[in-house]
Amino acid sequence: MRVPILKQHSYLIASIQSALTDDDLLQLRDDLVAQIGRFRSRGAIVDVTALDVMDSFAVRTLRGVAHMIRLRGAQTVIVGIQPEVAFSMVQLGLTLEEVATALDLEEGLAYLDDQPKSNGRHGE
Amino acid sequence: MANDMQVGISTSADIVTARQRGRELASELGFSGSDLTVLATAISEVARNIIEHAKEGEVILEPTHNGSKQGILIIASDRGPGIPDVDRALQDGYSSGKGLGLGLPGAKRLMDEFKVVSEVGKGTTVTMKKWVR
Repeated sequence: MRVPILKQHSYLIASIQSALTDDDLLQLRDDLVAQIGRFRSRGAIVDVTALDVMDSFAVRTLRGVAHMIRLRGAQTVIVGIQPEVAFSMVQLGLTLEEVATALDLEEGLAYLDDQPKSNGRHGE
Repeated sequence: MANDMQVGISTSADIVTARQRGRELASELGFSGSDLTVLATAISEVARNIIEHAKEGEVILEPTHNGSKQGILIIASDRGPGIPDVDRALQDGYSSGKGLGLGLPGAKRLMDEFKVVSEVGKGTTVTMKKWVR
């Protein structure tokens, strides 16, 4: 199932609605990285509230998304990791490393609002 | 047993099916909360291992018990190339696939019992159990 990506002001919000296959996750990555440029967005929020599992593939893919979006000059925040999912991730040894996370959509938007406008866009 | 389930694994959608069936069965068996997520995650890892290394295989899910302990038994098997060095494959960071090198060692950490039997050229069988707390 393709993940809908909403544009809100200078941000993109990818709101995952159901369990995702590996192929869905790769599609989401490609869509987000493309749309960051198309809409000249400064940030992207990936809402994973609906995900009941974040396995090594999902984590690796989301880390890749955040890294690619940073290379495109924007920021990414992962929001809505459920407590059980966080527990499993820690047991499995998975980390999102330098990828920003926030409790929910509201906190994610607040995080992006706090980022300096020139962040990552040297020469602007 | 009537609760036995077999899920063929050949596409990434099958990984989702396997972990959802596993979660349903585990819920019926009395697992709850984070244990359901832990089980679904472990199933996801071993099912993906099948696709990455053997292209196809199957995951069997069934109830098990040890005395009065109720649990779930998960068997993931394939007829792929096999793993030459199982001990090494169970070390963190070792990966020949696209993951983080956490697939098998990660799944092992999530489960109570975990065994890998592999023969080069014949295939791999991962047998794992978790008990209801």
